[in-house]
Amino acid sequence: MDSDMINLYEVTETNKMIEKENLDVRTITLGISLLDCIDSDLQRLNDKIYNKIYDAAKDLVKTGEKISREFGIPIVNKRISVTPIALVGSAACKTVEDFASIAKTLDKVAHEVGVNFIGGYSALVCKGMTPADELLIRSIPLALSTTERVCSSVNLGSTKTGINMDAVKLMGEMILETAEYTKENDSLGCAKLVVFCNAPDDNPFMAGAFHGVTEADKIINVGVSGPGVVKTALEKVRGESFEVLCETIKKTAFKVTRVGQLVAKEASRRLNVPFGIVDLSLAPTPAIGDSVADILCEIGLEHAGAPGTTAALALLNDQVKKGGVMASSYVGGLSGAFIPVSEDQGMIDAVRAGALTLEKLEAMTCVCSVGLDMIAIPGDTKATTISGIIADEMAIGMVNQKTTAVRVIPVIGKGVGETVEFGGLLGYAPIMPVNNFSCDAFVNRGGRIPAPIHSFKN
Amino acid sequence: MRSGAGMEITMKKTIITVVGKDTVGIIAKVCTYLAENGINILDISQTIVQGYFNMMMIVDMNGCEKHFGDVADELATLGEKIGVMIKCQKEEIFDSMHRI
Repeated sequence: MDSDMINLYEVTETNKMIEKENLDVRTITLGISLLDCIDSDLQRLNDKIYNKIYDAAKDLVKTGEKISREFGIPIVNKRISVTPIALVGSAACKTVEDFASIAKTLDKVAHEVGVNFIGGYSALVCKGMTPADELLIRSIPLALSTTERVCSSVNLGSTKTGINMDAVKLMGEMILETAEYTKENDSLGCAKLVVFCNAPDDNPFMAGAFHGVTEADKIINVGVSGPGVVKTALEKVRGESFEVLCETIKKTAFKVTRVGQLVAKEASRRLNVPFGIVDLSLAPTPAIGDSVADILCEIGLEHAGAPGTTAALALLNDQVKKGGVMASSYVGGLSGAFIPVSEDQGMIDAVRAGALTLEKLEAMTCVCSVGLDMIAIPGDTKATTISGIIADEMAIGMVNQKTTAVRVIPVIGKGVGETVEFGGLLGYAPIMPVNNFSCDAFVNRGGRIPAPIHSFKN
Repeated sequence: MRSGAGMEITMKKTIITVVGKDTVGIIAKVCTYLAENGINILDISQTIVQGYFNMMMIVDMNGCEKHFGDVADELATLGEKIGVMIKCQKEEIFDSMHRI
């Protein structure tokens, strides 16, 4: 026996995290390249896509469940990401219906292999749009309203290229149209649609997961979680200095990430697919005690959104990374704290209390991963206003050399103060007010915002 | 990570935890099951806090012919009968989390 044997205290601590503090592995995401499926015949293309995904992913769910059982750790989601479909469909698709047929194929194979989401109905247009890119973007409302499990994302800008404002304008319109197409379900389609600046190629989290063209044929990426674990750890250091606070977050993030690393390596070995990255994100769920907002409160705020929130979130995000980087050999994806509104009970409470506004959320996105996420807004919001919100968020990402995103849901037929129910992990949300002063003339200029000066590093 | 390629994973140890209200014969019943199934106990530690029984065993399952999942299920069922919760987990999860 080695002297460094696991002891009762350590075993109890781990199992308490799992049983009482919602520690889980949020997702095992299998990235699959569809580049070798490209064909100019639409039917052949759809067949090849179905077959490649089916063969690659048929054991994914079963393997995930087996790993979960053997280690006693919940693995909440098993998912798939694919090469951006705008590329894959470019030779075959001549109409929006052609593109939407690929979405249906993705949905069918997702059902068949038992994954709850498949990401990659995407276009990367941070500098310009090909005709296929534009066609895919215009097909998003149809694709998301005729499928259940398909997620869509569009990269609209980057630090290296600037912001494609033509695409930003178009996406404002497409988000509204998606809301309209899915209005019978509280505009749920928009919960499966996200726009990015600096989108990562290896993000395992939905709705933004896609399998970048720089990736291998197949890859396993794992997203960890654990807001409840961090919150519980911080309860023990109330009133202590920032040094103690930061050390506690860092150590906790290390432990959480190690579980993700273990699961990623195991899934990689058993599926015979290379391990890509662990995304060390604090991803909340609507479950009580699984909230990033609750961590901010534990750090010392009455509600998320109170003065001090941005600073608290900045230190949280930084410590999560510092602890996580040590725990995994390859870190990637979004990695940081997520601040979705509908998926976090503490955020919902903060909005209801009047402590948290869209503008404060925007400020918070400067210092954490991702951006304006799962925010319900009035259904009568103008397309140009949505584009303006997107442009602001893209600018934050571009200038700060980080990923930012927007996933807003204009809920058709509902207004401020009403509530929208998405169900499951997507949660529910109070509809938040939007600044309705016009930005029409700004959005309608057309063209591209140039890359910032500090992007010229060659 | 200590685990490398191939078969090494099957040589790893398993941690069995038993948590619940203390009653007579918990250890006896669990140990009987383990003995009947060729599972060798390498280490036992146990505490009782405020009437709650908390035990951990490190075991070697290499001599056991049943699948890991079946043993886990049967132990969980046995636990329900005695009124305690029995969990069966491969050691790596604890190793990963608590050892650098």
